[in-house]
Amino acid sequence: MELFRLSAGQAAGGIKSREFSAEEYVCQLLERIKKVEPKVNAFVTVNSKEALEQARALDKKIRDGQDAGALAGVALSIKDNICVKGLRTTCASKMLESYVPPYDATVVRRLKQAGAIIIGKVNLDEFAMGSTTEFSRHGPTRNPWDISRVPGGSSGGSAASVAALECAASLGSDTGGSVRCPASFCSVVGLKPTYGLVSRYGLVSYANSLEQVGPVGRTVEDVAAVMNVIAGIDEHDHTTAAVGARPVYSAGHDGGRRQQQQPQLRVGLVKEFVEGADPAVAKVIHGAMDTLAKQGCRCEETSLGAVKYTLASYYTIAMAEASSNLARYDNVRYGFDDLNPEGYEWNSYFAKARSNFGEEVKRRIIVGSYVLSSGYYGKYYLKAQQVRSILRKELKSLFKHYDVLIGPTMPILPFKIGEKIVEDDPLKMYLVDIDTVVANLAGNPAISVPAGFVAAAAAADGGGLPVGLQMMADEFQEQKMLDAAFLFEGAAKVQRSPEL
Amino acid sequence: METKIGLEIHCQLTGVKSKLFCSCSCDYRGKGANANVCPTCAGLPGTLPLLNRKAVECAGMISLALGCKIPDEIAFYRKNYFYPDLPKNFQLTQYNAYGITSIGVEGKLEYGDGGSKSTRIRRMQLEEDPGRLVYESGSMETSIYTLIDYNRAGVPLVEIVTEPDFSDPKDVRLFLDKVTSIIEHLEVCDTKLEGSVRCDANVSVGGGNRVEIKNVSSFADVEKALRYEITRQKTMASRDIEVKAETRHWDDARKVTKESRTKEEEQDYRYFPEPDIPAVVLGSEFSSSVMQLMPELPDARKDRFVLDYDLSAHVAQVLINNKKLADFFESALKTYHSPKEIANWIVTDLMGFMDEKEERLFEGLKIGPEHVADLAKLVDQNVISRATAKQILGQIVKTGEMPSSVAKKTRASMIDDAGALAQAIDSVFQSEQAAVQDARRNPNAANFLLGKVMQLTRGRADPKAALELIQKKLSEPSS
Repeated sequence: MELFRLSAGQAAGGIKSREFSAEEYVCQLLERIKKVEPKVNAFVTVNSKEALEQARALDKKIRDGQDAGALAGVALSIKDNICVKGLRTTCASKMLESYVPPYDATVVRRLKQAGAIIIGKVNLDEFAMGSTTEFSRHGPTRNPWDISRVPGGSSGGSAASVAALECAASLGSDTGGSVRCPASFCSVVGLKPTYGLVSRYGLVSYANSLEQVGPVGRTVEDVAAVMNVIAGIDEHDHTTAAVGARPVYSAGHDGGRRQQQQPQLRVGLVKEFVEGADPAVAKVIHGAMDTLAKQGCRCEETSLGAVKYTLASYYTIAMAEASSNLARYDNVRYGFDDLNPEGYEWNSYFAKARSNFGEEVKRRIIVGSYVLSSGYYGKYYLKAQQVRSILRKELKSLFKHYDVLIGPTMPILPFKIGEKIVEDDPLKMYLVDIDTVVANLAGNPAISVPAGFVAAAAAADGGGLPVGLQMMADEFQEQKMLDAAFLFEGAAKVQRSPEL
Repeated sequence: METKIGLEIHCQLTGVKSKLFCSCSCDYRGKGANANVCPTCAGLPGTLPLLNRKAVECAGMISLALGCKIPDEIAFYRKNYFYPDLPKNFQLTQYNAYGITSIGVEGKLEYGDGGSKSTRIRRMQLEEDPGRLVYESGSMETSIYTLIDYNRAGVPLVEIVTEPDFSDPKDVRLFLDKVTSIIEHLEVCDTKLEGSVRCDANVSVGGGNRVEIKNVSSFADVEKALRYEITRQKTMASRDIEVKAETRHWDDARKVTKESRTKEEEQDYRYFPEPDIPAVVLGSEFSSSVMQLMPELPDARKDRFVLDYDLSAHVAQVLINNKKLADFFESALKTYHSPKEIANWIVTDLMGFMDEKEERLFEGLKIGPEHVADLAKLVDQNVISRATAKQILGQIVKTGEMPSSVAKKTRASMIDDAGALAQAIDSVFQSEQAAVQDARRNPNAANFLLGKVMQLTRGRADPKAALELIQKKLSEPSS
């Protein structure tokens, strides 16, 4: 039995009923990792020894008849910008090459408490800045559907490891689409929660006011199951909302049943999202709308006018916050090993140490410092914040008419590694975030669900390239969004994992 | 030439116990390096600041005590600059350029005799203290390496910024005394702790450039530093030399201000609101609820001393200027209620034994309120004379013995036996016949005889009783 193919729900069920042991399950995954990593390069650190120890301890717990937790034995990979106590957390940067956090992020602590097993840390664009997972100290991660292509980013390691069956689910972080973009490119499910629903304590900050930790899984049900464990107010994070002690989401048979009892879902297709997309992508999205309509949803086209300001606003705020967040990396307290301070005074040491950031990170720090500098704050940062409130207002009024707004997650198909890195035109890469940044600026929840494939002549194996459908809901309406996603998933039946 | 002086006072909220954004202890003095440090105050990746509500309350108290307005909503800003004592390379503070978000604005504090002077407070802000740099050889100039101790990083700090309303350094001193007394009365800061209160000053003369003076380690030296700086600037002006706009450091050893060796360029701090701390809505009830928590302030306490204890305004003021002194006074009253007597003992006598430096008020003195109460009681009840009491006080500040037991031991008890006193007076009348003759004509000369009696009894006579007896004897026909 190929245990590595199991969904999170199936794995937990099998382990709890002692159909197979957590140890067998983890062993199979570790072998799978060994086999496919040379092709995919999703992992930065494989936590083999501890994962096996955790699995054995869990098996004993189950044999002793103790409660093993909602995610008993489920192996998750964690993006390498989320702290796991005792495991190197590099943010794919030279700057944190030898940093080992002394504490668990709240989301990791909650996963462990729920019986989950941390199988390793996965790749990302340096400090989560990028949409391709190419800007990494550890080399690019490759798309399991076509290893000559990018997996999307910045949580490329999360999506690729889930698609390549190296783990059941993963935690990524989404600042401007970093969970949804790779989920779309790798044909898996990725969710960006409402701002404040999930604790950021232990997530290495890139742009604090925009980002959330979010789950990646092969099914909507798995993503909901991880949300149930990680969501909810956290005393370590002032920005977590009092959403009750812990929200409980359902997706799966319960969700389906509830869906049948509930009034018709109202779906709005955001025309600006489709208009800007590759025609092949747009076609898949229109098809998705038809699928939803066939399921009894009331579907229509709608418009979100503020979209034209969102990219500028997003990059202004993200870079401003990043420039300050990344100031602490000076290699004085932690960082990397091979820079002897002998012969330097403060400023020259800081400068020398900080020259080890990658080019994209440096670019964002410089632009961010510029927009915050005196005299420019009002012109850029404040203006960008104003766009957020305009956008929020417009979305609020749209959500009076629609339960979910849909569109493509990414306006384009996964592209070749190296293709978008154009040294003199970084804007070209920023443009692909046009559809995802909306949810981050406004704080709304959004999910990417596999919508189908586009046959690409250029695809290495002659097969298709994945397209993701993005669904966005009103603040804290994750349940509605999951209901819609589950409904679509059941009807569309899109393949989740390629043969490798 | 008009002199304008403004102040920036930093005051650690040592009364809060834990740091501003984490639960580490603020009590770092005498602790091992980096002992009071957690992932948050060390600025480790992924950590988030958690605002200490108690610190907001304490800052609110100071704000109200300085007559500041408290906005309905406060926020924190990041002040970005690189310095090794900053774990995050930015400081969390408050900022008012894009709307009022600091804990206090537009205050006014009256000070001086009867509140005859006043200075406006521009703003009050709550912020985190940086860590501490420890130079291996004691000074930055000669050290090969520097150590960083982050124990202090994150200690809550209140910055009080005044308008440049002072013109006389002496007023600055009076103002600082008043501020010290207020924060001590509020019990938010132990001003005796080294480095718990710091003051930077800026000064300009005759509309010239503004000079900042930093590194002044005690409030007492602020006045000295300002006097030096004003003289320097006036001298330069009289020679037509332009005063540079700069930051100068106070050299405590040489008692001069000197140019900072490190060039402090015009910094752009790139302020922006801290995204991890949502704006804190205080609401209108905040001020009233803080008001309820507030202990009695010095001005109110002074009024009460004058009204309830019938003290003179001057004596009351001297006591109030130092909370420890005022507390000492009130605590003595609990043992023996004789306010005027006890206040006088403290202000005119006890203070003479005290260290000039306020922060070491009772240091080395083995005296408690019960001692002074006991002393006052002995005097009130005529057990000892005032002169004897003074002698006893001089002894017990060193020994810590109770005055009554000293009085008993040295048999200093007053000669209350009328017979013994009459005997002493007789003996003086015998030996000082000329003076007696003189005193019969001139009543003022009786004091000379009294002096002789006191001398003979070595101060143990009750002067009042003795004088009465002398006068009675003088009025008798001479034998």
